Amino acid sequence: MHGQTIAEKILQKHSMDPGKPVKAGDILFCSVDFLMSHDATAPMAIRAFENMGGTKVFDPSKMVLILDHATPAPYERIANLQSMMREFAREQGIPFIEGGEGVCHQIVVEKEYLRPGDLALGTDSHTCTYGALGVFATGVGSTDMAAAMYTGKSWFKVPETIRVNLKGTLGKGCSAKDVILKTAGVIGADGANYRSIEFYGEWIDRASLSERLTIANMVVEMGAKCGFPCCPGLGISADADARYLMEAEIDLDALEPMVARPHAVDDVCPVSEAADVVIHQAFLGSCTNGRIEDLREAARILKGKKIAEGVRLIIAPASRQVMLRAMEEGVLATLIEAGGAVFTPGCGVCVGTHGGVPADGEVVLSSSNRNFKGRMGNNKALIYLASPLTIAASVITGRITDPRELEE
Amino acid sequence: MKLQGHAVKYGDNISTDLIIAGKHTKTLNVRDLADHAMEDLDPSFGEKISGGGVLVAGTYFGCGSSREQAPVALKEAGVLFIAAKTFSRIFYRNAVNIGLAVVECDTDAIDEGDILEYDVGSDMLKNMTRYRELAVTPLPEIMVEILKEGGVVPYIKKHGGF
Ligand code: SF4
Repeated sequence: MHGQTIAEKILQKHSMDPGKPVKAGDILFCSVDFLMSHDATAPMAIRAFENMGGTKVFDPSKMVLILDHATPAPYERIANLQSMMREFAREQGIPFIEGGEGVCHQIVVEKEYLRPGDLALGTDSHTCTYGALGVFATGVGSTDMAAAMYTGKSWFKVPETIRVNLKGTLGKGCSAKDVILKTAGVIGADGANYRSIEFYGEWIDRASLSERLTIANMVVEMGAKCGFPCCPGLGISADADARYLMEAEIDLDALEPMVARPHAVDDVCPVSEAADVVIHQAFLGSCTNGRIEDLREAARILKGKKIAEGVRLIIAPASRQVMLRAMEEGVLATLIEAGGAVFTPGCGVCVGTHGGVPADGEVVLSSSNRNFKGRMGNNKALIYLASPLTIAASVITGRITDPRELEE
Repeated sequence: MKLQGHAVKYGDNISTDLIIAGKHTKTLNVRDLADHAMEDLDPSFGEKISGGGVLVAGTYFGCGSSREQAPVALKEAGVLFIAAKTFSRIFYRNAVNIGLAVVECDTDAIDEGDILEYDVGSDMLKNMTRYRELAVTPLPEIMVEILKEGGVVPYIKKHGGF
């Protein structure tokens, strides 16, 4: 028997027979350590839970309900769904996060609900973000959530794993976002469908938690079930002789700032190849790049500058904690003085539920993770994805701009 | 459990944002979801699929968000089952969970309007118009059981758990 990947180890530990070795392809029933659901998907999960005969959640302390997708509520139908969630959380004794606290994934990280080696489900595809904490975390739909709320279990097909070797280190103007966009270009938008990804290399070894969260966040953009930036502090590691489906290598020394072009996350190119594109709106925020480190990076470039005429810059800090920190440090003032408009911490702008919907034909440069048609609320808009640094540089010039041009 | 209907065909990489936009997902009324199904891709989808059609697509159907509103909207709009070359993981699972069958096969051998027949759990999809049988990637046993019960809700109701 060869060694195991991280995904194999965690699933085996949670299976009904943890002594039995597990390998990719096996189908297992596992007990879950943590469940997260938010206002876009929880109402449907609660309805399914009740329909399957559920009265009491298996363990309310292992769950959290969060309002983040449309907060503060833009109209009454959403307000009523959110009130149903409040009610359910109160009845069941489930920890509840009110709207305005921030994006679910940022909250879960800040509140330290998870430990390395845990198994977590969330009704959100970017639940994979917690891979940065050494957690097997994956997105499910509302009915899977309901079944897990009821039984404390779910079934899993153990994924095969792709190993990504990041060679060298990042040059000026490059960030974790550029690394993961480049990776998406190499693996492809469905290249890791049903799979796990493990990232290795000297840059990952030294990367900050914020950087590792950006990497893990976007593994689902390649279809992955989960992903792990494998650094010494992760708290869990694969065996040296673990079996990988394939290996990919990315040369970070040669990496340039990247963008993903509309409407596919794997249609990536260096910023220099998109440099003539005029932008109308920029979005700085989301679970990918809405942390204090991201806002600081942008503020560093925007300090004392103004955004170009004809450009709107919308900022949604990933959480209240991030926003407070940005206020204390003067980062928020810098961004506002430059011409930015600040939105309540949360998801609205990223997912097009409210706030910052672009007009027909407009070009948006976004720090989030997805540029599908219609993503931000208008299917006639064009969304490019980039790093906070590239966004800051681009709002100054009014066109997609390589941050190295402005950073002397 | 035999399902039969006419093919309504689309291309590759149809995301859940296209199946139903985020702005339309915030409701528990499944009819509202169905009314917006696929509207950004094909405004006449509702008409084409009504009366029980089979949604046919290329690779990576249902990529993106984990929103279960996507398969629910399709099912409620009249989709009997979905045939695609490949599916995104979460969509595949969500569809089965709500009792909507998914069939992974070579959809190049299907044209718009072809009559398709699928017996849930079988390893063949019949194209009745072209007198052809297409090989289907087998579903894990648990998924077949869930589909035969009509989804996870009736499954758990019946079995009291997994
Ligand atoms: S910020 Fe965007 S990608 Fe992240 S959880 Fe919210 S809607 Fe999803």
